[in-house]
Amino acid sequence: MQRMVIQRIFIGIITLWVVSVLVFVGTSVLPGDVAQIVLGQAATPETLAAYRAENGLDQPLYMQYATWLGGMFTGNLGISKAGGASISSLIGGRFANTMFLAGVVAIISVPLSVVLGLLAAMYPATWIDRVLTFGTLSLISVPDFFIATFMVLIFAVNLGWLPAIANVSPDDTMLETIQASAMPLITLIIVVSAQMIRMTRAGILNVMNSPYIEMSILKGVTRNRIITRHAFYNAIGPIVNVIALNLAYLVSGVVIVETIFAYPGLAKLMIDGVQTRDLPLVQACAMIFCGTYVVLIILSDVAAILSNPRLRNPK
Amino acid sequence: MTDKTANTEEISIYDELPDVPPKKKIRLTWVGKLGVTVVIFWLIMVFIGPYVAPFHEADIIAYDSFMPVWSETEGEGFHVLGTDYIERDILSRVLWGARTTIGISFIATLLAYLVGVTLGIGAAVAGGWVDMAFSRVNDAILSLPSIMLGLLIVVALGTSIPILILTAGVIYAASVYRIARALGQDIMVMDFVEAARARGEGMWYIITREVLPNAIMPLATDFGLRLVFVVLFISSLSFLGLGIQPPMADWGSMVRQNLDGLGYGSYAAVWPALAIASFTISINLIVDDISASEGGSLARKMIS
Repeated sequence: MQRMVIQRIFIGIITLWVVSVLVFVGTSVLPGDVAQIVLGQAATPETLAAYRAENGLDQPLYMQYATWLGGMFTGNLGISKAGGASISSLIGGRFANTMFLAGVVAIISVPLSVVLGLLAAMYPATWIDRVLTFGTLSLISVPDFFIATFMVLIFAVNLGWLPAIANVSPDDTMLETIQASAMPLITLIIVVSAQMIRMTRAGILNVMNSPYIEMSILKGVTRNRIITRHAFYNAIGPIVNVIALNLAYLVSGVVIVETIFAYPGLAKLMIDGVQTRDLPLVQACAMIFCGTYVVLIILSDVAAILSNPRLRNPK
Repeated sequence: MTDKTANTEEISIYDELPDVPPKKKIRLTWVGKLGVTVVIFWLIMVFIGPYVAPFHEADIIAYDSFMPVWSETEGEGFHVLGTDYIERDILSRVLWGARTTIGISFIATLLAYLVGVTLGIGAAVAGGWVDMAFSRVNDAILSLPSIMLGLLIVVALGTSIPILILTAGVIYAASVYRIARALGQDIMVMDFVEAARARGEGMWYIITREVLPNAIMPLATDFGLRLVFVVLFISSLSFLGLGIQPPMADWGSMVRQNLDGLGYGSYAAVWPALAIASFTISINLIVDDISASEGGSLARKMIS
């Protein structure tokens, strides 16, 4: 078991490294000259050379990569192209905001989805199940901004309860913070829960197809007892896996949600960076997001190994 | 006994042979039929949308922005769904947008399938280090959220329609590759492939005559789902202002541009959002219906 977990973590570290190469090479090997793009057509050869020397662009690519990767570990993420502020200082507060968003969403949506998924699996083909399956199917097949748009329409325009723009600042009280970030929170909870409810339901129904469940049906155990005593414990593994996977989906969810509500988080910072083509900033943000994503995927795999006795004790 | 009955009896003999595959009938529920209707409607709009639309997508014709539903511009005509933030007709833009959004997504999905199926089946048939190398690169691409990859490519290469199609095609080729490879591997160990090999058939024959025909049904179902993902991906990028550029009408960017109108009581942002939702939900309903009619196990039947 330990060997398998260590193996998985090792593969994860390799993946992280490949990802860092992808992020760096993907954004560095541009058609055209970075210095030219940043300084514009009017730049003289001298200013171009000065810019390259200042940013280390005159060095070979692998040296640039080594410097960049070293900076990632020491927290020295470079200087933003727009405004010239250090990227670490730009990211700091934004990162905390995004973590707050993701944390609250996780705390609310995980228990909610497990309970609803379990309910749908316990009463298949009843109206609860139909409403949940149809509702979640609709929710996962529409874009995140569709849900966000309707949230604005209902809660900000028609009811006027919540602000359409999430104006969060560090010196807000707890209540003000929650009210300001309510819309992004609700949107993300809906998006993530829909996915999780479906996967939880499918996970339990999958267990319901196993021979030992058929056995307990045949010996006359009641349906609720089968689900709560037999199926649920065996579905814990898949469900934990689903939870970790969906927290990883949050990564793409926040990109849209932070943009639409102008929430001052990391994803908003990254989109602004993409629009101004601020490469060092985008690289740093992309690395944080992709790193988080890969780590969560590793966690979900490790959870799957730990919760499955057959994987835990391989022959 | 007439000739006709004799004839049908002869055919029915072959029907009873043990290795005749069971005839598959796809029975759709009314929900599935509704889905098919909506999808067909939008597919027709991809072709004729610009011709039936009352105005051109880029025409600024009205006198006012964010006009309500069913309003009129003197001498021009009715705006059935109102006007947008710079006085263009929403209905026309939604109809033009069908071509842009669905058309581009469809081409990108086709590209993803071309690349993914070729490499996936190729890797399954070839095996060895080719399979190994392709699969590792594929894992790295799959280990990143698609929207992040999209953003990285956009910041590096800028946005244009060919780049958008290539980006979506390459990103989603990774997931197609995984499915095609798994299907290919399952089929490669079947007896009929072994028989073909024993007959001395070449690689090309085995791929085109034995493997592909058996992989086509699952791949076709998956195509629908993949198309939904690509539509969502491309409209999300457009929504962020990084996909299809104005003045072209595209459902994702239309939602974003008209979002401020919600505050003035305009529903301009709602219509393109509904268009996306109706298309993607319908495809999902069809796929769900097909897989439900194929599934159905003892336990599920007994327990409900």
